[in-house]
Amino acid sequence: MKPAVKGIAVNTFRESARNKMFYLLVFFGILFALSSKLVSFLTLGDAMKVLKDTGLAAINFFCVLIAIFTGINLVYKEIEKKTAYNILSKPVSRDEFIIGKFLGLALTMLTALGAMAVIFFVFVAVSGGGFDLKIAVYFLMLYLELLIIIAISLLFSSFTTPILSFIFTVSLYLIGQIIWTYNEFAKYLAIPLWRAFTQVLYYLLPNLNKFNIKSQVVMGTALDPWALLFSGLYALGYVLALLALTILVFRRREFQ
Amino acid sequence: MKALEIKGLKKSFRSNFLLRKYNILKGIDLDVEKGEIYGFLGPNGAGKTTTIKCVMGLLAPDAGEILVDGQPARRTAARQRIGFLPENPYFYDYLTAREFLFFSASLFNLPATEVKDRVAALIHRVGLSGREDLKLRKFSKGMIQRLGLAQALVNDPDLLILDEPFSGLDPVGRKDLRTLILSLREAGKTIFFSSHILQDMELMVDRVGIILDGAIRRQGKLSELISRSTQYYEVVCDHISAKELSRIQPVFVRRDGQFIITLASDADVNLVVESIIHNSGRIVAVNPVKMTLEDIFFSEMAGEAFRDPTSRSGGTGGPGRPAATGEKT
Ligand SMILES: Nc1ncnc2c1ncn2[C@@H]1O[C@H](COP(=O)(O)OP(=O)(O)OP(=O)(O)O)[C@@H](O)[C@H]1O
Ligand SMILES: [Mg+2]
Repeated sequence: MKPAVKGIAVNTFRESARNKMFYLLVFFGILFALSSKLVSFLTLGDAMKVLKDTGLAAINFFCVLIAIFTGINLVYKEIEKKTAYNILSKPVSRDEFIIGKFLGLALTMLTALGAMAVIFFVFVAVSGGGFDLKIAVYFLMLYLELLIIIAISLLFSSFTTPILSFIFTVSLYLIGQIIWTYNEFAKYLAIPLWRAFTQVLYYLLPNLNKFNIKSQVVMGTALDPWALLFSGLYALGYVLALLALTILVFRRREFQ
Repeated sequence: MKALEIKGLKKSFRSNFLLRKYNILKGIDLDVEKGEIYGFLGPNGAGKTTTIKCVMGLLAPDAGEILVDGQPARRTAARQRIGFLPENPYFYDYLTAREFLFFSASLFNLPATEVKDRVAALIHRVGLSGREDLKLRKFSKGMIQRLGLAQALVNDPDLLILDEPFSGLDPVGRKDLRTLILSLREAGKTIFFSSHILQDMELMVDRVGIILDGAIRRQGKLSELISRSTQYYEVVCDHISAKELSRIQPVFVRRDGQFIITLASDADVNLVVESIIHNSGRIVAVNPVKMTLEDIFFSEMAGEAFRDPTSRSGGTGGPGRPAATGEKT
């Protein structure tokens, strides 16, 4: 890796690692994940299933929150506070800046998710669930989803304000959660042109449901290794496409 | 080969929604020789920062050519040998001065051992010793400015581009910076710096370029610009009535009971002084006045159709804009 890219990545990571908000969110993620024990006491049914279900949901929620906020904030701040001037006036290309930022954010998310994941993994074992490898796979899939989210927030924050970036990123995230139901809708689209248009959108928008294997983990049903592999490739392709688009946008950006 | 060469640089901005075009740079031509200190002088809003941002690749020029050491400036590699201090710099407040300098160094491809020694030396050189492990959020404006200089020197650049380096510095800081810049020239570096404060320039620059309203009005050796400009004389006298004096010399000003007459040549001085004495007036002083950079500057500004400075919006809507738009946007 070019030293400049590494320098930017490390500094990006350092910025989140020195932010109190980051620790607070990680802390709440862990707190909520552990309080799934409480929920499992209070609900009827298989306590272990409830524990996994609510615990994973909590970690998912807080990781997505961290991803969106750091993704938007860290790039926007560089531009708004003009610290980016300082980087881009060095022999660093716009491309390297974006790649460095992305890697730094990816490292930040790895740390956040890693901390929550390890604690929860042990917590499940201690609570009598054994070392459930499916949980590890769940976290791996979640990480891929988080990479897509930070790539999306990076794209938006490279050309628009944090508020718009936030709205766009959250919208895309929510669309990404439900878009798999598209085929149900498509049946009702009578006009062929309209159908073709939505079809294109369907393939362009992120299908984040691919990464959600919670029901298999909770129910203990088998995971399809091919589906997992495909999801991995999908994430890779999607992130690369987003980064390429971000770089194209960022290359033309002026720093006034 | 020139250290920096700018030919016909043009830049316009569009206001976001009205899609109205403002021509900010209207064809900048300047060249900086190797090893000199070049002062880039102009009033607020003249386009100094815009020009510098084009050189540093932060803005894309509409037209024109920028060469650094003969190479196009837009190439990433061209910035390997440049040190840049932005206007009103702001650096990551969660880093310490030392961490920040190491980060800055990491953006160049430099050997690690070299970096370590250089960072230590630079901290000392800009007078931040003892503060190197303080978080930047606790830095004062002047300390940030000093750190900004240190980061600009971290790659041991051949060309230094400093945008308003003297702003935010106290008199001691100014003197330190002057000494630093002079020692850099001594070491064979080229220094290009912008300012609207003429004093900063007069004391040390080799050449100046005066930018007004997005174009270079004058460029040249400071000694030439000043000696070519006409000198004049001031004759101060008293013990003479205004009526008598007006018969000798119709134009004069009165200050504290004394009269001040401005004369273009020494021949005039002899004549006027003789006449005053003849009329039993007293000569208080005869002062030869050399034209300063300031005078050149103001004479250029006067050549402009004069615009009321208060119509500029917050000091940024300079002469580049039609006066009326300042209020509209
Ligand atoms: N993004 C922008 N959109 C429109 N006009 C701009 C923009 N940026 C700068 N300008 C205008 O360009 C002109 C030149 O600005 P610039 O910052 O280059 O001036 P300057 O010479 O550096 O002044 P100062 O001494 O105040 O720093 C100003 O009139 C300013 O209002
Ligand atoms: Mg400026």
